[in-house]
Amino acid sequence: MPSRLTEIWVYLAASPLFGLTLTLLAYQGAFWLYRRTGSHPLANPVMLAVAMLVSILWITGTPYRSYFDGAQFVHFLLGPATVALAIPLHAQFRRLRAMALPLLVALVAGSLTAALSAVAVGYWLGASKAVLLSLAPKSVTTPIAMGIAERIGGLPSLTAVLVIITGILGAVGARYVYQALRIEDQATRGFALGIASHGIGTARAFQESEQAGAFAALAMGLNGLVTAALLPLVMAWLGRWLY
Amino acid sequence: MIGALSLLLVFQLIGEVIARAFNWPIPGPVIGMGLLFVTLILRDGPDEELHRTTGHLLQHLSLLFVPAGVGVMLYFQLMADAWLPLAVSLVVSTFITIAVTALVLRVLIRHPAAREK
Repeated sequence: MPSRLTEIWVYLAASPLFGLTLTLLAYQGAFWLYRRTGSHPLANPVMLAVAMLVSILWITGTPYRSYFDGAQFVHFLLGPATVALAIPLHAQFRRLRAMALPLLVALVAGSLTAALSAVAVGYWLGASKAVLLSLAPKSVTTPIAMGIAERIGGLPSLTAVLVIITGILGAVGARYVYQALRIEDQATRGFALGIASHGIGTARAFQESEQAGAFAALAMGLNGLVTAALLPLVMAWLGRWLY
Repeated sequence: MIGALSLLLVFQLIGEVIARAFNWPIPGPVIGMGLLFVTLILRDGPDEELHRTTGHLLQHLSLLFVPAGVGVMLYFQLMADAWLPLAVSLVVSTFITIAVTALVLRVLIRHPAAREK
């Protein structure tokens, strides 16, 4: 019997069905927990699902590669989902035009601050080149950040993790920054959170108000575009000084 | 549903082709997003089907991050080696970014030249 079970396990662990099913189940479990805690930012569903899956794979000794054989079907949807961000972006088009100039300046300032401050602190504390290049796009939404990391020579998987941590940090901490600086305007609060903390920050902003959420979504989309366009150039230029 | 998904994939495909053809540093799906955005402006918004399908897709956006996130298990060693620069850098940078963006926006919105609506 135990050998029969082992046989079944060996078959399952090698089949794409395993990785795909496990991913969907873990995410639903994580989302249930997130709801149960009243959508607490520390119970972030992505973080919980990843923690569960890593534990399961580690305990069963399953390599990431065979897990990803199944999970790649979910991963693949990041592409069309990124294209789909055009729809919420378009929904904000009129407001975007009305505040175009201030938003654009704040966008470029925020985008550069996010990358440069991360690289500067990392460099100062002795991080390696691969780590610095993985850190640089950490404020951008995951599909874009991973694409940028790949382009500039970082490690896309490490970037994906840093992106998620950045999202949680912003969602938890933004209110304290706003309190200290006395920032009360909802559009401003949402926009800054979307720049620094992409989708997870956007979800947090929507809890605060409709307007904050809309501007966070706008910031997330625009920051993806601007960072994708600027960062490879900035890092190529910085590379001459840093390493 | 199928039509809307096909449309998204076609835009992604066009984006990938452009990114590779011109060797641009921008990921293909991002170019696809930009092209779809321009198309929506020209065509006065998405139709009902596209709106609904993208709504479903984006509602579960966080699920799509999970497979890549699990990839952290490949980088445990690297993260452990660099935990101090990573942790300090992420905390400091995230808070500075929020502060700088919000302050720049506040100053510019108050500026009269930027106040035409």
